[in-house]
Amino acid sequence: MPNSPTPSAKGKRPIRVLMAKPGLDGHDRGAKVVARALRDAGMEVIYAGLRQTPEDIVEAAVEEDVDLIGLSILSGAHMVLFPRVLQLLKTRKASEIKVFAGGIIPDEDARKLKQMGIRAIFGPGTSLQTIVDTARQLAGKRAS
Amino acid sequence: MKKGVRGARRQARPVPRASSPLSPVARRIVSGDRRALGRLISDVESGRPEARDVLKELHPRTGRSLVVGLSGPLGVGKSSLVNRLLQHLKGLGKRVGVIAVDPSSPFSGGAVLGDRVRIDRDPSDPSVFFRSMASRGHPGGLSQSTREVIRLLEAFGMDTILVETVGSGQVDVEIHSIASTRIVVLVPHLGDEVQTLKAGLFEIADVFVVNKCDLPGADRAARDLSELAQLSTPVDGWRPRVVQTSTLLPSGIPELWAAVEEHEQALRSGTQLRARLTERADQELRSLLLARVQGSLDQALRPTPAWGSLVSEVVDRTLDPYTASEKAYRRLIQCL
Repeated sequence: MPNSPTPSAKGKRPIRVLMAKPGLDGHDRGAKVVARALRDAGMEVIYAGLRQTPEDIVEAAVEEDVDLIGLSILSGAHMVLFPRVLQLLKTRKASEIKVFAGGIIPDEDARKLKQMGIRAIFGPGTSLQTIVDTARQLAGKRAS
Repeated sequence: MKKGVRGARRQARPVPRASSPLSPVARRIVSGDRRALGRLISDVESGRPEARDVLKELHPRTGRSLVVGLSGPLGVGKSSLVNRLLQHLKGLGKRVGVIAVDPSSPFSGGAVLGDRVRIDRDPSDPSVFFRSMASRGHPGGLSQSTREVIRLLEAFGMDTILVETVGSGQVDVEIHSIASTRIVVLVPHLGDEVQTLKAGLFEIADVFVVNKCDLPGADRAARDLSELAQLSTPVDGWRPRVVQTSTLLPSGIPELWAAVEEHEQALRSGTQLRARLTERADQELRSLLLARVQGSLDQALRPTPAWGSLVSEVVDRTLDPYTASEKAYRRLIQCL
């Protein structure tokens, strides 16, 4: 199938993304919309859903061998939960898995989180195309 | 496959000693490195040749686990049942691998793998490994490399493997040739008893589950399935069992697992096992060989100038497609 958008050549694979909502937070519409957009862009999205602990998220990322983790958060607990995810990735020797985030995150926090290693942060109003492009770019840089 | 492998599988049979020491990757798998397993599964899915070598190395450590398939239409509660079964099996001290397959989009090639969302478990528990797989265009309700991933989970030390298929249509029955016990999950009000007479999904069950049995109509559905089961020809004395479950309440989960174990017992004490394993080995060898031939064919069928001119002749109607294909075939055979 030469026109298949899925890389069918040996050794290639679709980009795999884990989408999760860390912590206590009941609204997952944004995460679902992004999951669908990434699917339509040819990625395999593992949807972990609501109320995930950082431990849940990192274990899932390891078992599913994802390229990227997308965290969606509206609760305001990002300064606690995101660093914990990054730290656990390091302990599991899985730091090459890149983390991006979206939701309600004040600019000042976003700057700090980026310094800590969150690769991209998408606020309200970001276009889906921007998210897809950024995800592709981040996954492309994975050394393997 | 060696005689007696199956009968001995859940006793603590010593793993045959390989003649040469394991490669670093294989060693990480058998020593329980979850990161290594996750990555190797990806490599197997992508068909990387190095992964094939590891599969060869690990093969002596496979074939001993209980492989249970769960199939059925979308939305009947397969993932929620897997979740309840995981809890039940943990109570029995089992080490469980789960493979959950969801469909890839035929349009974008992408997928949303949403089975994990139903699973509620302790992420630090090393006795479970859960992997979602996209079908990647493979028909039949599984993905191309499901069989290989089952083997990796076995080599990793899982004694029980649950394989959840794509929400299946009537003909997605590949699980039939991979799992040892096949569970078909249904719900009340899927249709009358004429539906149960149709070919496909209803033919592959060792155990039928009527899930969501907290809803009205469950008894009726179970009765229709029991009648169907009574009409089927027993294999090794086994006719499909019907179990009602509810993952909400929950209820029926221990009964479901008991039915699986009874079926396994019937297989072990029956006479058909060798024939079944032979058929599967035959099929697997054939499909490996076909994949190889397909690869060479794809290579040989790359568009060439000669091919292009043949196509042009057909377009110009200076040559009919039948003669053209015969010409092409003769050329192809020489290439192979």
